[in-house]
Amino acid sequence: MAVDGYGAATAVPGPASLQGQAGSSPELVQLLTPEGERVTHPDYPLELTAEEVKALYRDLVLVRRIDTESIALQRQGELGIWASLLGQEAAQVGSGRALGPHDMAFPTYREHGVAWCRGLDPVKLLELFRGVSHGGWDPAEHGFHLYTIVIGAQTLHATGYAMGIQRDGAVGEDGQAVIVYFGDGATSQGDVNEAFIWASVFNAPVVFFCQNNQWAISEPLERQSRIPLYQRARGFGFPGIRVDGNDVFACLAVTRKAMQAARDGQGPTFIEAFTYRMGAHTTTDDPTRYRLASELEAWKLKDPLERVKAYLVRTGAADQAFFEGVDEEATVLGKRVRTACQTMPDPQPLAIFDNVYAEPNALLEAERAQFAAYLDSFASEEVAQ
Amino acid sequence: MTTLTLSKALNEGLRKALEDNPKVIIMGEDVGKLGGVFRVTDGLQKDFGEDRVIDTPLAESGIVGTAIGLALRGYRPVCEIQFDGFVFPAFDQIVSQLAKLRLRSLGHITMPVVIRIPFGGGIGAVEHHSESPEALFAHTGGLRVVACSSPGDAYTMIQQSVRSPDPVIFFEPKRRYWDKAEVDLSAALDEATPLTAARTVAQGTDLTVLAYGPMVRTCVEAAVAAGEEGRSLEVIDLRSLSPLDMDTVLASVRRTGRCVIVHEAAVSGGLGAEIAARITQDCFYHLEAPVLRVGGFSTPYPPSRLEEHFLPDLDRVLDAVDRALAY
Ligand SMILES: Cc1ncc(C[n+]2csc(CCOP(=O)(O)OP(=O)(O)O)c2C)c(N)n1
Ligand SMILES: [Mg+2]
Repeated sequence: MAVDGYGAATAVPGPASLQGQAGSSPELVQLLTPEGERVTHPDYPLELTAEEVKALYRDLVLVRRIDTESIALQRQGELGIWASLLGQEAAQVGSGRALGPHDMAFPTYREHGVAWCRGLDPVKLLELFRGVSHGGWDPAEHGFHLYTIVIGAQTLHATGYAMGIQRDGAVGEDGQAVIVYFGDGATSQGDVNEAFIWASVFNAPVVFFCQNNQWAISEPLERQSRIPLYQRARGFGFPGIRVDGNDVFACLAVTRKAMQAARDGQGPTFIEAFTYRMGAHTTTDDPTRYRLASELEAWKLKDPLERVKAYLVRTGAADQAFFEGVDEEATVLGKRVRTACQTMPDPQPLAIFDNVYAEPNALLEAERAQFAAYLDSFASEEVAQ
Repeated sequence: MTTLTLSKALNEGLRKALEDNPKVIIMGEDVGKLGGVFRVTDGLQKDFGEDRVIDTPLAESGIVGTAIGLALRGYRPVCEIQFDGFVFPAFDQIVSQLAKLRLRSLGHITMPVVIRIPFGGGIGAVEHHSESPEALFAHTGGLRVVACSSPGDAYTMIQQSVRSPDPVIFFEPKRRYWDKAEVDLSAALDEATPLTAARTVAQGTDLTVLAYGPMVRTCVEAAVAAGEEGRSLEVIDLRSLSPLDMDTVLASVRRTGRCVIVHEAAVSGGLGAEIAARITQDCFYHLEAPVLRVGGFSTPYPPSRLEEHFLPDLDRVLDAVDRALAY
């Protein structure tokens, strides 16, 4: 594992390669070209049955549907905001499907595809973006931590969690490992760099999965780094690898290998999934203010869904009925998500005071009682009228 | 006079500061090409160049830490923190470094650094985008802390802050960014209300309401509503949270005998506690009622569908006014 990462890191390209086209760079692990052709990589053999490929395709289509439905819901005022994963489906589904049931994932606010792979109902995500809760799911239930909005903070949590796994001796074939997601912009944060150091020094079983979508809101990657991000890992003492983030096969293979290395006691790996944020940063952002339409057009040709579809068609693994079936499933899912969002009740006002502390708290109880009385005073006013 | 939104008034104030002094620079996340997520720096990079209006790497500790270094070298950095909840990675640089360098150098160092922070809730945002952390900074000696509430003040206060030899934490009421008012862009800065002074925004005789930032408008509306019921409220916009303009506050409370303090931040340990203690200490015998506070609960900021309950509104201000007048 170490050899892979360090080996790849020896060919130091100039900053210009940051602009390199995914697929054309020798530093980029790719197993499925944008045209849907299967290619091989000596370090990442991957055997997938037709059923497995179809399952991945289904994931990609369904998470994209969750995303487009959520954008529409935001436009209609049902959600406060939405952070779109458009273009990043393969990075999320590939890495998400590489995880075992006992692994733990630490997401940012954009990991809806990983959430899907971990079996979290997308409606839970909508609760957060609607403003009904701050997340509210039990991370242990799905091996999926809460969304973290403060950039980079979760990389340290993931590292500490991994140190716990290590202490518990949960290593080896049936062992556990951690994956933590973050963006290209996040790599500038102190917390993230500290996480790299901790993970390295303690050889923690954690995989740093960076989705380099080329933008941190309006700032291009050059504002964060002058070398390819995966090469940073070397300086921290662990392997870094760049993968075509729009290639679900490659993301699956590279993440699987890194997670197994972590479980086997070989420590952390940095994976840079080279991808592109096809949409706005969030629904409140207007990317036409800072980036060129031509860039978007170029990346459209590398769509993560289209290449799997092309592959399935080319190999004859799937017929028209399969694609129609998946689309139908997406429609049903979209409708379910939409209805659940529209009918989601607001929490009770007094819920503000719940779950702040484990034990009763005199100050809070007094505030709760006061506020309840205050609310009641309106109710009795209404009755009086 | 020109009609401007609060956001645009800040923009004009920053433009003026950049024009007046070549040492002034603006730095932060997305402040350049995008013009900031609230457009406060819109167009400034285009007009003053990438050297003066700098899109920084995504790291708040880095933004403030390098601003300190630039200030040591004679520059006057104006840092933007994108949202209140994201100032904390820079907290160490602000509290342990920025606030203390003058003292540690026995006055050899000045730190003319401004840190702009959009603060407060009411915009339906997800968590960390609606915080009111001003008390944490007001609690720190060596920092000046101010909050603007109107376009006119925004325009002058940002320029005065840039001229301040001491570091200024400059709070902007984000839900009032789109409020409009007449602004005199040609007014001389020397004639403007000093940065340290509070301002009486509504005169009254029955009770003094103290507020700052987003709550000023709420309290002025409360005063109008109270006036219709024959109650005369005096509303003071504190403007400077550290140091506090206690002279203005005490003079008013001595006249009215009653005081309600309103802020979005949690009541417990908030600025209202400090002010109430000072009022009690300095004009105890003028008080007809205990000083009351209206503010957030002692909980984290709730999800946005509940924020209307967390945030003080007209009714909650009037409820406190009623209670104070009942004594
Ligand atoms: C500490 C902190 N600072 C600023 C922000 C505001 N913010 C939200 S997302 C973002 C850009 C993140 O870029 P990147 O890490 O590349 O992730 P992406 O959004 O592209 O997935 C910024 C600056 C934040 N959430 N947290
Ligand atoms: Mg990014």
